[in-house]
Amino acid sequence: MKQRDSLAYTMGVAFALCVVCSLSVSAAYVFLKPRQEENKVLDRQRNIIDAAGLAADELGIPASDLSRDQVDELYRVVEERFVDLRSGTYTTEVGKDYDPREVINNAEPDYIEQMPADIVNPLGSEIRERVVRVYLIKDFKDQNVVRQVVLPVYGKGLWSTLYGYLALKKDIETVQGLTFYEHGETPGLGGEVDNANWKAQWVGRRVFDDEGNPALGVNKGPAPDENPYVVDGLSGATITSNGVTNLLQYWVSDHAYGPYLERLRAELSGGEPVPTTGGGAPPASDAAGENAEGEDATEDPIPVVQRKDPAPAAVSEGEDQ
Amino acid sequence: MAKLKATEVLFGPIFQNNPIALQILGICSALAVTTKMSTALVMSIAVIAVVSCSNVAVSAIRHYIPSSIRIIVQMTVIASLVIIVDQVLKAYLFETSKQLSVFVGLIITNCIVMGRAEGFAMKNGIPLSFLDGFGNGLGYGFVLMFVAFFRELFGSGSVFGYTVFPMIRNGGWYDPDNMMLLPPSAFFLIGFLIWVIRVFYPEQIEEA
Repeated sequence: MKQRDSLAYTMGVAFALCVVCSLSVSAAYVFLKPRQEENKVLDRQRNIIDAAGLAADELGIPASDLSRDQVDELYRVVEERFVDLRSGTYTTEVGKDYDPREVINNAEPDYIEQMPADIVNPLGSEIRERVVRVYLIKDFKDQNVVRQVVLPVYGKGLWSTLYGYLALKKDIETVQGLTFYEHGETPGLGGEVDNANWKAQWVGRRVFDDEGNPALGVNKGPAPDENPYVVDGLSGATITSNGVTNLLQYWVSDHAYGPYLERLRAELSGGEPVPTTGGGAPPASDAAGENAEGEDATEDPIPVVQRKDPAPAAVSEGEDQ
Repeated sequence: MAKLKATEVLFGPIFQNNPIALQILGICSALAVTTKMSTALVMSIAVIAVVSCSNVAVSAIRHYIPSSIRIIVQMTVIASLVIIVDQVLKAYLFETSKQLSVFVGLIITNCIVMGRAEGFAMKNGIPLSFLDGFGNGLGYGFVLMFVAFFRELFGSGSVFGYTVFPMIRNGGWYDPDNMMLLPPSAFFLIGFLIWVIRVFYPEQIEEA
């Protein structure tokens, strides 16, 4: 018994235990990592499909029921592009592995910028990424026709940062869907941002008010019928609801996606295509798309539509259905 | 120590000596993950796996653990097991692990696991310790499923995600009880459960 309490023995046992435990934990991590990564990618794609409403539109089933193959099949129409937030133009300066979250975590000087003092970042952080990934949803029949755009959005809720996707219809005015793929809100309360019925309310909400200011958000209590900008509040989750409003209004504002949305709106209503900056040729798959749009523009030039004009929005909404 | 019967060790903790209802251990996660039956089920299975394995591991090395660091040793074993379980859930049950979020990691601090390691596995052989861990996990799981059944039924009108009471917001008639979605409702339900158990086992009633 004496020997069991000697210092050397105690140290020995502690060391052996640490080696065994760390080896088993590392082994679990290393062996399960590929599967976990696969799950994450699949989950991300599934959520983009969910936000864009592709599963319900094409196959008539909720995105959560999609098989791996069906996700692959639907994801064919999704094109990933990178956007420089300041200019709102496409950029090719980053590669496929670019991850805005890592850029912020590592504070990589090439890809971050300071937040201007007067802007409230939904993360409460002083820096943000300069380049973001957006997803253009093409038409199944014609890969040159963009029918929606899916924008990554994130911001603080109560306990956690909510990461999600906001899908806008072709008019860049109407919400196609909103879905959060990662958050740590209370299950049953703030966690109800995952509730399919609540998410369904976002479809058809309008993003900007008549002055062109972001008006999209979550109401406190049930949303009034006549208000086209808000959805029902989550009961028992005021701070999560406010967080969702804050993050949405920040991301669609002129400080974030605003310039890009302006350009995209012009492009989709037949104007100039969104230019690409940052050196290097645009990806090959886009060349065809831009040509096609170019032809369109020469044949029948449509004036660039301003955000403040509500009428064309209604027209393109009609086309979208 | 008197000879322990295997069946008593295994089934005792479910009603008679339930870790939550009698020992009032592990209440925290019983409040947190019981809004839905599916998450409660996965959480129960995770706890059963962790408490069984940790009991076996601690029992296996019980003669080698220096008493001065025994709590730390138990803690390290439990923490490693919990991390492994968490990794497995992330790999094979991604959706549910997302809903359970931090609560799987918090099994480390679940008093049941630690309590059984210190209170039982340190003194008993491997087979008995396994049964004790499994039984206590089942007892925990039973309370979780009980609480989750009522919380999901009255809070969301469904059982395991299948609609039983169609809710008004989905076009049905049932106005859900929002309190059931809040953690305090689990206190009431656990209170009712303890009441019912003590009707059958009056010896559990403490002197007032």
